[in-house]
Amino acid sequence: MGEDGESPKINHSFLRDYVTEADVISTVEFNQTGDLLATGDKGGRVVIFQRETEPKGEPEELGESGEYNVYSTFQSHEPDFDYLKSLEIEEKINKIRWLPQQNAAHFLLSTNDKTIKLWKVSERDKRPEGYNLKDEEGRIKDISTVTSLRVPVLKPTDLMVEVRPRRIFANGHTYHVNSISVNSDGETYLSADDLRINMWHLDITDRSFNIVDIKPANMEDLTEVITAAEFHPHHCHLFVYSSSKGTLRLCDMRESALCDKHSKIFEEPEDPGNRSFFSEIISSVSDVKFSHSGRYLLTRDYLTVKVWDLNMEKGPVETYQVHEYLRSKLCSLYENDCIFDKFECVWNSTDSVIMTGAYNSFFRMFDRETGRGVTLEAWRESSKPRAVLRTRRVYTGGRRRRGDVGVDSLDFTKKILHMAWHPAENIIAIAATNNLYIFQDRVNAENQ
Amino acid sequence: MSGSLSALFDHVSAVGEGNAGMSPMLQAPVILVGWPRRQGVLVSVLWLSTLDFLFGAKHVLQGHQALQRQSLLDMSLIKLQLCHMLVEPNLCRSVLIANTVRQIQEEMTHDGSWHMVTEAFCGTGQSPSERLVATEVLCRSREQDAEPKLFSVISYEGCREEEVVADETLCSVSVSDTVSNVCLAGRMGQCWEKSELSGVERDEEALEDSREDEEVDTEDGASTEGPKTIGQVFGTFEIKNGSPGPDSALEELFSDVDTSYYDLDTMLTGMQSAPKMGPYDLLDSLAPSHSSPSIVSTPNCRSDLNELDHIMEIIVGS
Repeated sequence: MGEDGESPKINHSFLRDYVTEADVISTVEFNQTGDLLATGDKGGRVVIFQRETEPKGEPEELGESGEYNVYSTFQSHEPDFDYLKSLEIEEKINKIRWLPQQNAAHFLLSTNDKTIKLWKVSERDKRPEGYNLKDEEGRIKDISTVTSLRVPVLKPTDLMVEVRPRRIFANGHTYHVNSISVNSDGETYLSADDLRINMWHLDITDRSFNIVDIKPANMEDLTEVITAAEFHPHHCHLFVYSSSKGTLRLCDMRESALCDKHSKIFEEPEDPGNRSFFSEIISSVSDVKFSHSGRYLLTRDYLTVKVWDLNMEKGPVETYQVHEYLRSKLCSLYENDCIFDKFECVWNSTDSVIMTGAYNSFFRMFDRETGRGVTLEAWRESSKPRAVLRTRRVYTGGRRRRGDVGVDSLDFTKKILHMAWHPAENIIAIAATNNLYIFQDRVNAENQ
Repeated sequence: MSGSLSALFDHVSAVGEGNAGMSPMLQAPVILVGWPRRQGVLVSVLWLSTLDFLFGAKHVLQGHQALQRQSLLDMSLIKLQLCHMLVEPNLCRSVLIANTVRQIQEEMTHDGSWHMVTEAFCGTGQSPSERLVATEVLCRSREQDAEPKLFSVISYEGCREEEVVADETLCSVSVSDTVSNVCLAGRMGQCWEKSELSGVERDEEALEDSREDEEVDTEDGASTEGPKTIGQVFGTFEIKNGSPGPDSALEELFSDVDTSYYDLDTMLTGMQSAPKMGPYDLLDSLAPSHSSPSIVSTPNCRSDLNELDHIMEIIVGS
């Protein structure tokens, strides 16, 4: 993928269009097979999309693609009020994580600032008919009218998707939960807030283990908070958490019960040439993701994405500039609070491409093999369904091309914060405030 | 309160829209309530538009650098104090802003450039008490009837710093006599501009010395009582416990400000903890002459305190 080369043919479909604040999407997540895509919004709702498959269940033919249609919608969290502190608790869904599928039902964890919930999503497409004691409407029959006995049979019916809360993990966090991560053991998960990380068992809601606590004895001494945390994809004893100072800490739960002491700490020494008052703020890591292989870490800070090798702590192995042209605008971005925006980052299925969001509805993809990046746009006005997405460019000097966008005309209210990449194919889901865009790479789909 | 606040906002936005050269980024509401109301507002808006240039330019004059640093400091303090929302403030954001404030303060300390700080505020010719209005307005918290408490000096409640920055104690050296402080402030304001009097230089040195002393104390982690110099105000991160000296002009100036929200834990967790000082203690410590007519507080809190006083009198029968 290059800036000037041909873009991959991209197929996309538009699925949602709302205008209210409550419909701003706040998290996007594919499940482990990629057939289901869950989104959470500021209004506390979760919408699950399902990929359409061929009737026979075969993979889609060349040229056709499985589209995602709404599968189920439910209200996950309601606005709450903390009476002790006289503060509202937002119902905004901060994160959704799917559990590995073990039976016909699907399970997902959703969390707002304080409470994590486990939801069971199950289908019902058959119903029993022919009861002896009840009639068709469910009323009890008069027993004297029953003259013969029959066995009820299961008849197909319209598909019904039921979503029920199975566990509610409440009162585990004093501060705002920013991450949840399901362990590879399939039994536990972690939840991280600004100062603490707890480990829960999926079946136990009244207890959790505190595994990291960075709250200082005197809150006046607080200078660093936890920004994200994730379990290792294969090793159930390892997890990583990132901080607002730009450090990553890898912790091994076998070492001690309380993992305040890290096994490894990853930090990049500060570049003295680029030092400014905003150095610390822009070094704050907003998202951290293990690669699928488990060997690398991907982090996003304000201006860059970095790839770290777990075996090398002294610095990242790769650094990609997302929007370096903003470095000279940091003061304005500080003033309008954009500098505190938390962008997510994702790996593709083979760990060869990384993706993250930016402003003006732009998002960036970096090919790790070539080191080159491409800018794409998630904006309805400039693309049509099934049309090829053209690459965009921000003009930063040199020859100006048609379609280049100047730095001063970037729209900082249109930010791409949340995104997900299909675990197996080149399908991406991009959340652009109220809208969800799903893009597919058709060229690669043909080659698969 | 809301009337004056919105009037300030209107003023700011009117200035902003008139400036056609501003980029979209700067069209976000620019809250400059802490600034002096008159030409200071326009000046500061223009400063922001040039701030990006100033921050980016490698070779800047010493004055510019200090100015940009000051602007950043003010912006940060305003951001910290605007965390009084219904929902708990974002802790990460507060921590990052507080760290920035600390960083600026350290740098300003090492540069010894306090004169820039005072020049920015005392140089406009406005009396400090009028600036107090603006800051007090911003520092209203939701609970008007909450008991006033001692408040921590820096970190996660910016209002305190905002008050202090705009306040006359910046211009004062030591706090021993209320009356003399007021006079000193008035004189200082003019002195900084002229910077002629040797008294100014002496005071400046004394200021820096005492500030540096306070810095050392702070690094030792000790919380100090005594004269509230700039260093103490900016440098210490401890919640001040115990009753202040009755001569403390700082305490008296802000005794009627509701400070319950400035307790650190309150700020961060929203929990209202027990006040460290009862309201009656503070009332007792108020010197009769303290309530100088120049301090215009919003009617709410003042009337609450007066009411409290009145009720106390009735109960006590004095």
